[in-house]
Amino acid sequence: MALRSFLTATSLVLSMAGAASAQSTLVYCSEGSPEGFDPSLYTSGTTFDATSHPIFNRLVEFKVGTTEVIPGLAESWEASEDGLEYTFHLRPGVKFHTTDYFTPSRDFNADDVVFSFMRQYDENDPWYAAEGGSWEYFNGMSMPDLISSIEKVDDLTVKFVLTRPEAPFIANLAMDFASIQSKEYADALMDAGTPEMLNQEPIGTGPFTFVAYQKDAVIRYAKNAEYWKEGLPKVDNLVFAITTDNSVRYQKLLAGECHVMPYPNPADIAEMQANPDVNVMEQEGLNVGYLAYNTQMAPFDNPEVRRALNMAMDKQAIIDVVFQGSGQIAKNPIPPTMWSYNDAISDDAYDPDAAKAMLEAAGVTDLSMKIWAMPVQRPYNPNARRMAELIQDDFGKIGVDVEIVSYEWGEYLERSSDVERDGAVLLGWTGDNGDPDNFLAVLLGCDGVGGSNRAQWCYQPFEDVIQQAKVTSDPAERTRLYEEAQMIFKEQAPWATIAHSVVFMPMRPEVEGYVMHPLGGHIFTEVSLAE
Amino acid sequence: MLRYLLSKLLTFVPTFLGVTLVSFAFIRVLPGDPIIVMAGERGLTEERYAELQAQFGFDRPLYVQFWDYLTGVLQGDLGESFVTKKPVWDEFFSLFPATLELSIVAIILATALGIPAGVIAAMYRGKFFDRALMSSALVGYSMPIFWWALLLIIVFSGNLGWTPVSGRIDLLYFFPDVTGFMLIDSLLSGQKGAFASAVSHLVLPSIVLATIPLAVIARQTRSAMLEVLSEDYIRTARAKGLAPVRVNGLHALRNAMIPVVTVIGLSVGMLLAGAILTETIFSWPGIGKWMLDSIFRRDYPVVQGGLLLVAGFVMVVNLIVDLLYGLINPKIRKR
Repeated sequence: MALRSFLTATSLVLSMAGAASAQSTLVYCSEGSPEGFDPSLYTSGTTFDATSHPIFNRLVEFKVGTTEVIPGLAESWEASEDGLEYTFHLRPGVKFHTTDYFTPSRDFNADDVVFSFMRQYDENDPWYAAEGGSWEYFNGMSMPDLISSIEKVDDLTVKFVLTRPEAPFIANLAMDFASIQSKEYADALMDAGTPEMLNQEPIGTGPFTFVAYQKDAVIRYAKNAEYWKEGLPKVDNLVFAITTDNSVRYQKLLAGECHVMPYPNPADIAEMQANPDVNVMEQEGLNVGYLAYNTQMAPFDNPEVRRALNMAMDKQAIIDVVFQGSGQIAKNPIPPTMWSYNDAISDDAYDPDAAKAMLEAAGVTDLSMKIWAMPVQRPYNPNARRMAELIQDDFGKIGVDVEIVSYEWGEYLERSSDVERDGAVLLGWTGDNGDPDNFLAVLLGCDGVGGSNRAQWCYQPFEDVIQQAKVTSDPAERTRLYEEAQMIFKEQAPWATIAHSVVFMPMRPEVEGYVMHPLGGHIFTEVSLAE
Repeated sequence: MLRYLLSKLLTFVPTFLGVTLVSFAFIRVLPGDPIIVMAGERGLTEERYAELQAQFGFDRPLYVQFWDYLTGVLQGDLGESFVTKKPVWDEFFSLFPATLELSIVAIILATALGIPAGVIAAMYRGKFFDRALMSSALVGYSMPIFWWALLLIIVFSGNLGWTPVSGRIDLLYFFPDVTGFMLIDSLLSGQKGAFASAVSHLVLPSIVLATIPLAVIARQTRSAMLEVLSEDYIRTARAKGLAPVRVNGLHALRNAMIPVVTVIGLSVGMLLAGAILTETIFSWPGIGKWMLDSIFRRDYPVVQGGLLLVAGFVMVVNLIVDLLYGLINPKIRKR
C-alpha cells in the first residue's frame, strides 16, 4: 500500500474509532520484541527503544545526538565539595500518564525517585524481588557499592550519598535503568497482588503513553498530551512494527509500510543511498573493536614489540573486507562521538618494513603467537575469524607466525580474562553511559586485570590519570585528563585499536527532525512527518 | 472404536515422558551458560554469578531440576520465561493461534492443489503433464524457504505491490483479540476492509509454508494412485465400461487416500518446523519465532515448555489422522 493511502487509512480508522482526524502516525520497523516494559530489568537496546525512550524519563538525560548530560526530571543538581553528596532539585508539575489502567492522583515527586532506586538497591524492599528480575544494569554499573543512601529531603528534593567520589555517577543516572517509575502506580499494583504488571503495562512521564502490545507483531503508543516539554512530541501516534529480518524491513520501508528502520543489511546500503525515496543517515557507533596483547607475557611486555605489531597491521584492508564499509579505523580506545576524544593523536602508520626493523631492534626474532577470534558477531567486529586471518597475513609479512584459536562464546569470555592467557585477543566494547571512564577504567584500569582488562595492563602513570579524572567533577579538567590518558595509551600500545562501527539509519524522505544518538537509542520525541 | 481410541491414548504416556526428558536435556546440551551469555562482554563477579545461579535454580543437581520440572508439568505449570517473566503457558496460547491459522491455510492449500496434481500426474503417467508436475514438485520440495520467501516478497510486494510485505494485518486496524485467529477477529471487529487486509497478509506466507507439503502430497498421491490403478478391481471397473472419471475419482482415489492422509498428518510436524523460518521472515507473531528467539537466549523454560506443547499438538493431530483412517477404510476401524 502506498504511504499516502496508508495515511488516509490511518485517519479513517482513527476517526471511526472516535478520535480526531488528521492525526499523524509514525511507523518504526523495529528489529525485535522488547523483553518487557520495565527498563530497569533489562540491558538490551531493543527493549530500551520500546520502553525508556518513549515512555519514561530520568533525573538527568543525554542530550539527543551527544553524550552530554542535561537536566531531565531534575531541573538542577549540585555536588558537595568532597564529591560524596549529590542533591537533585526536581521539576514541579510533571504528570504521570493517564491510561485506561491507571489514573494518577498526584504529580511526580521525590517519593517516585526514591522508589525507583530503592527497588533495585535495597534487598528488603518489597519490590526488590517482586518482578523476578535481577537489576542487571544497576549491578553492572556497580551502583550497589557506590550508593550509601538515597534520601527524600522534601517533596521536590532528593539527596544521593555515595561511598566514594565518582564523577561518572551523573552519567549513570541518565542510563535506562535509572528511569523513574510512579510509586503510586506501583503501590496500587502491589495492593492488587499483580506486581508483574509493572513489566507489562508501564506508566511513566515520557513523551508517549503505552497503548497496546502484541508480542512479535506491534507496539502502539499515543502522544502524551501533558508532556512537560512544551510542544513535544510532534507526532500523535507512534507504532513499532516488529520486523526481525533486515531485508524485509527494507522492503517495508520501500513499500511505505514504515517510515524509519534500524540496522540495515550492509549489502543494501549502496542501493539505499542511490534511491531517492530513502534517506540514509550515518554515525560512528559508541564502540571499539581491538586486539589486546597480554602485556604480562614476554615479549608482549615490551611496548616496542606491541607498537611494531600495530604498525604491521593493515587496518584499511580490515575495514574494507570485514566491515564492508560500515566501519571506521580506530586510533584511540574511545570512539570519536565521545567527549574528550583526542583527535590530535595520529594513528600508527602502516609500515611493515619499519615494523620488522623495530622487532629486530627489540631483539625479537622467530616470534610465533596466538590470536583469539570471537565466535560471535558484534557491531564492533562483524567477522572476527576473517579479521584474524587478515592479521595473520599481515604479521606473516614481518616474519611473525600466527595461530588462530577460538572457543564457544561463554568459554571465550572466561578464558580470555585469565592473566596467564597465551596470545592476543580480539574483542570490543559498546559504551553504556557515554562517559570515557566507562571505556578507559573498565577496559584498561588496574582493577580490570584478570577480568575486563584483556591486555592485563596495569600501568601506573595511566592509572593515576584515570583515577584523578574519576574523582574530579569539573568537566573541563576531566576532559584534559582523559586526553592525556589517550596519549599514554597510544605510546604504550596495550592494544591495537582496530575499528569503530558505522551505524546507518534509512528512513523515508518525509521524516523530519530525526537525530542519530551516539548511545545507540532510537528516539522519536522530536520527529515529525512532512505533509 | 472406544477401545481403539483408548489404546492410542495409552501410547501417549511414554511418548509424553520421553518428550519431557528430551526437551529438558536438549537445551542443556547446547554449549553456553545462560548466565555468562547474558552478561556478555561486561562480565560479572563470582558472587553475582552464584547469586544468579541460585535465583534460576541452576545450583541444584540436574535430576532435582528435572523432577521439579516434571512435577510442575503434571500440575500444568510450565514455569516462567527467564526473559519476559511471563508464564510459558500464557505466552504459548497468545501466539499459537497465529501459527495455527497460518498452518491450517497452508495445509488446505497444499491438499487442495497437491491431490489433484498427483491424480493428474498418475493418469498421464510418463506424459508431459506428469513430467512437468513432478519436476515442479521436486523443485518445490528442494526450495530453500528463506530464499523463496524473500523472492516472493521482492516480486509481489516490492515490484508489483500486490501483497503487503509482512505482518498479519494492516497496522492501522486495531481491535482486541477475541479468538486469536485474525480472519475471524477481523470479521468480528466490524471494521471495513479489515478482513480483506487479513486475507492479503496471509497470501505469501501460506504459499511459502505450503510449498514443501504440497510437493510431498503431490508425489505421494501420484505413487499411491499408480499402485491402485494397477489393481485387478480397477481393471474390472474399466472393463465394465465405467467412465474414467468415476474409476479414477471414486474407486481409485478413495483407496489411494490412506497413504496420502498419513502424509498430510505427518506434514503437520513439517509445517510447524517450516513455520519457524516462514514466521521469522514474514514477522508473523507465532510460536516458531518465539521458540527460535528462546533458543538463542537460552530461555530454558520457554524452550522445554514450547517443545512439549508442540509435541503434544503433533501427537493429537496424529491421533486424529489415525481416526480418519477408520472413516476411510472401515477394515481398520474393526481391528
